[in-house]
Amino acid sequence: MRDGRGQIRRRAGLRLWLSGGWLALVLFGAVFAPWVAPQDPLMQDLFTSRLPPFWMEGAEPGYWLGTDNLGRDVLSRILHGARIALIVAVSAGAATCLIGATLGLIAGYFRGMADIVISRLVDIWMAFPPVLFAILLIAVLGTGLTSIIVAIVVIDWTRFARVVRAEAMNQGAMDYVASAQVAGYSRLRTMLVEILPNVLPTIGALLTLEMGISVIVEAILSFVNLSIPTDDPTWGGMIAEGRQAIHQSWWVLVFPLVTLFLTVLSFSQLGEGLKDRFDPVLR
Amino acid sequence: MQFLRAILLRLATTAVTLFGAALIVFVVVRVVPGNPIAMMLPPNATEDDVARLRALYGLDKSIMEQFVIWLGGVVQGDFGTSISLRRPVAELVLGRLPATLELSILALILAVALGGAMALLGTRWRGRRTEAAVDVANGVGMSVPDFLWGLLLILLFGVLWPLFHISGRVSPQLDLPFSTNFYLFESLLRLRFDITADLLAHMFMPSVALALPLAAIIGQLLKQSLKETMGLDYVTLARTKGYGETRVILREALRNAVLPTLTLVGVQFTFLIGGTVIIERLFSYEGLGNMAIDAVINRDLPLIQGIVIVFAALFTAVNLVVDLTYAALNPRLRHA
Amino acid sequence: MSAYLEIRNLSAVVRGTGERLLRGVSIALEAGHVTGLVGESGAGKSMIGKAVLGILPTAVEVVEGEILLDGQDLLRMPPDRRRRLIGATAALIPQDPLTALNPSHRVGPQITDRLVDILGWSRADAEARAQALLDEVHIAEPARVMKSYPHELSGGMRQRILIAAAFAAEPRLIVADEPTTALDVTVQKQILRLIAEMQARHGTAMLFVTHDLGVVSKICQDLAVLYAGKVVEQAAMRDFFRAPAHPYSRALLAATPQYTDPTGSLRPVERDVLDTVEAEIAADDREWRNGQAGP
Repeated sequence: MRDGRGQIRRRAGLRLWLSGGWLALVLFGAVFAPWVAPQDPLMQDLFTSRLPPFWMEGAEPGYWLGTDNLGRDVLSRILHGARIALIVAVSAGAATCLIGATLGLIAGYFRGMADIVISRLVDIWMAFPPVLFAILLIAVLGTGLTSIIVAIVVIDWTRFARVVRAEAMNQGAMDYVASAQVAGYSRLRTMLVEILPNVLPTIGALLTLEMGISVIVEAILSFVNLSIPTDDPTWGGMIAEGRQAIHQSWWVLVFPLVTLFLTVLSFSQLGEGLKDRFDPVLR
Repeated sequence: MQFLRAILLRLATTAVTLFGAALIVFVVVRVVPGNPIAMMLPPNATEDDVARLRALYGLDKSIMEQFVIWLGGVVQGDFGTSISLRRPVAELVLGRLPATLELSILALILAVALGGAMALLGTRWRGRRTEAAVDVANGVGMSVPDFLWGLLLILLFGVLWPLFHISGRVSPQLDLPFSTNFYLFESLLRLRFDITADLLAHMFMPSVALALPLAAIIGQLLKQSLKETMGLDYVTLARTKGYGETRVILREALRNAVLPTLTLVGVQFTFLIGGTVIIERLFSYEGLGNMAIDAVINRDLPLIQGIVIVFAALFTAVNLVVDLTYAALNPRLRHA
Repeated sequence: MSAYLEIRNLSAVVRGTGERLLRGVSIALEAGHVTGLVGESGAGKSMIGKAVLGILPTAVEVVEGEILLDGQDLLRMPPDRRRRLIGATAALIPQDPLTALNPSHRVGPQITDRLVDILGWSRADAEARAQALLDEVHIAEPARVMKSYPHELSGGMRQRILIAAAFAAEPRLIVADEPTTALDVTVQKQILRLIAEMQARHGTAMLFVTHDLGVVSKICQDLAVLYAGKVVEQAAMRDFFRAPAHPYSRALLAATPQYTDPTGSLRPVERDVLDTVEAEIAADDREWRNGQAGP
């Protein structure tokens, strides 16, 4: 028994290190992109178009992961694309979390009218296909970074609201909450001091998950060409271009795709790992 | 009696949800910048032409007035006319809906089969390496969304090892002798298995991409629930009767373990249907979602509204069916 | 006459930690006899029944000993053969009737399943047999009950059904694992009488696990007293009640009010008696550990 648990522990630790390490690498690349990127991500050069990655015949030094149709360096574009990906991940994730978790906490703890209204809204929201909703919102708001962030918040607040509401309801039914109320503490104080700390591990896991989802939504919007209007490279935009040129130069699709894959996976594994480590019940 | 009341209550909340969804889309769509009318007319059109066309599509009235008129039409099955395609929205949506339904249902079948198999494997060899492998696979399957699976599949089976078609619903050179748009279903009914094969070769990648995240969720939840059930007294009793492990899992545990999984699978299936929007785009599959993205890009208000309402109706219908199935499978509810 | 079930020197430990749960248990049960396994909770009495039927929790590991059923060692048999042998010749009457029936199957198939699936009876024969058995356990309208789901029946009814199911394949050995503990006091007596009646009629050997000496006196011919996974005394019923040999047995008997002073309160087992037993156990453990380390 003891051995089994130890092993699970160790595996969870490895998961944390791997996912955290990858995200740190992406963060480093995003922050220092102008200095570490070997080329200008926007520079087109038809003489260097469709260069293969470094281990293949015909590769040129300085273009480690090859170039696209227009001769732009794939590695440099991935590094610069990480900036938008991470900006969206952090700001959209945080805003979604704040709004969704607050509404969920209110609905789950105060119940009554607030709960009815919020739950009904969640039901209505769940009736929309999220991707279609996002595209529609971008059409309304216009393209651009802020629009993307607002769209993600508008679509995904329900994820937090649903889960946090359920958790808050569970916690609210516990004896220690009742005793806090008997002791004369206000409902608001009880919510913030007694309920919130117990819901935090769940919120944390959801937050990192939401960051991964935000990266994906941004990529999807870039993919349908509704992300940001400028020429700044985005992973989704690169994937859309790579998809077109898949038979001529597969590397234009593969490298941003693998980056996106690992980033999304890392966000969700980080969340799960942190939850395992900090959830007082599991620990 | 109580059961009937519960169903009626469910129907009522469903109606409220649909009404709310319709209202929100209607309002959101109407604040879209960009003038769809201007896009339809030649550059030399007069002010009068624009006004006449606006009146034709009812765009000259207030939003609430437009909503009431539109809702009145919807109740009679009239969803208006598409601005970009100039055909009735109902006809366009119904033409595309079968493609999306077939894709979603195929994906659901794959997800249940794959997820169920994972759960059974993990339970049969629990505590061993098999279960650890199942856990890792489920973890990855769950945290990577359908869009990324789709792209990975394109690389794998479209480029590295080109086994399947990467775009479209059916090969254009095929002559389709069908009277409905349920191609897959009808090809099976008419025993045209050559067409079935072609359809499946097109649907394979998009349906697998949609199925993988759901399969992982089913695998995870069902395994957990099976393992809990395997420790219960009636399972132990069945072991003393001489049944082998596999038999005990399938015969004694599975049915009771499926119930808690089912409700969640219902919600997840609506997510799967929602995923068709981008997956259809990715694989140029001629379904409702692909049409929806075009409608948004073309600012085709009536078409957007129609499609969103159909999706919303589909989602609520799925949830209703799940609730009814739950009641049907649970003897305690059925006889109450 | 040689024993039908013979447990020899059976030891079991918690997997991983090595904590001893059964300490060299030896018990012999003759065909058609009822032996009571008596002890406080945690004494390992249920564990013995589970070891015989092959349903020990995965966390428990048998480390030595033999379980001979009709001369064949169950522990050195391929698992598949063992499973089928148990299914065909032994049965369990479980403790809690509320959780021992599958909620999503009707009652009938839960009585007939073993007959059809393991013993290859025809469905019609199996159903006729089930009806007869339900009749034997005094259930009115057997046909209707067989079509019911467990949740539609009372706890007492369900325990009767489980008893009928246990006797379905005419087993030669039944393990009754505290079959009356979970029931209402009023129902307990009826069920106990029913088990005694069924046992006598079918001549089945039975391991009767209980913490209640009063119950043992009504149904068993022999008994084994367990403390911390060790058999401290094994005796014929009559001899035991006349003159219990072990101090712990005497204390246990004294603690059961109906044999001493019917009006008196329940007396806990005395401290120095427990100390004696604990000392015996400790000595036993030392010896065992040396034996483990030696070869």
